[in-house]
Amino acid sequence: MKNLKYLVLGVLFGIILTKSEVISWFRIQEMFRFQAFHMYGVIGSALFVGLVSIQLIKRYHLKTLTGEEIHLADKQYNHGVWIGGILFGLGWAITGACPGPLFAQLGSGAGAAAVMILAALAGTWTYSALRERLPH
Amino acid sequence: MTDFLQQSWPWYVAGPLIGLTVPALLLIGNKALGISSSLRHVCAACVPAGIPFLTYNWRKEVWNLWFVLGIGLGGFLGYQVLGHPATVAISPETVHDLRTQLHLTDFSGLLPRELFALENLATWKGWVFMVLGGFLVGFGTRYAGGCTSGHAISGLSNLQWVSLVAVVGFFAGGLLMTWVIYPLLF
Repeated sequence: MKNLKYLVLGVLFGIILTKSEVISWFRIQEMFRFQAFHMYGVIGSALFVGLVSIQLIKRYHLKTLTGEEIHLADKQYNHGVWIGGILFGLGWAITGACPGPLFAQLGSGAGAAAVMILAALAGTWTYSALRERLPH
Repeated sequence: MTDFLQQSWPWYVAGPLIGLTVPALLLIGNKALGISSSLRHVCAACVPAGIPFLTYNWRKEVWNLWFVLGIGLGGFLGYQVLGHPATVAISPETVHDLRTQLHLTDFSGLLPRELFALENLATWKGWVFMVLGGFLVGFGTRYAGGCTSGHAISGLSNLQWVSLVAVVGFFAGGLLMTWVIYPLLF
């Protein structure tokens, strides 16, 4: 079962998101109102650890467990990055959740998350259908 | 240990662990952390409708769906099994603002019931919070090419300036909603 490792990693990721309350709407409001350091601490320290790890992987040319060369794709700019970014930000402050937390919220038993995930799928599908006609 | 598992974790424990997911995914399978793509894969698998952007071999990306399934299970374990304080300990200033500006009175649980109870789908406010909010999350992340995990953690970790643009956009949208649009809605 080659996908089992991703399931296990996902479980750990979900537990961390939940135990740190990153999946709470209240925490996201607290962040956007600049009234606590919690979310900034979580995102900032995650970023710091990720950054150091990637620099180490690059400097020492680390390979995957199966010996593959590690490949990091460069992200290309288009105008959608900031237009979409702002639209997502509006949704983030309404739902109090980004895509990862939505799944953890559903697991925690919040029925609203099921509605929000379905709506997010509808949003993704609508973007896909309109993509050619949107500014990029 | 059980005490530690039951209470909520401080940022300096959770943040570094979230950061370690980035090298973990790279080392075990050459995968870049990014969760909003899972929404695209589900659309491609279920309703491709001949749309070019949804016509690709999503089966090659199925690891992402297993990861997301894991996140759901993690949410169950972290909240229902390990147990959690009934109230999220947000700052008194936030409680005050949410009471006075958004008229919230119930601060228990992860999401305020007054906005996210399923019965609210009978009202316009329920549609704004659950349906419009969710729609913007799905539409916006795909338009931006990533979300908090793909851009703010994974992209910025790899020093992608495009991801910085995205993150500035995420915050601009969030601040606009919190400071300008919320006062108009309530």
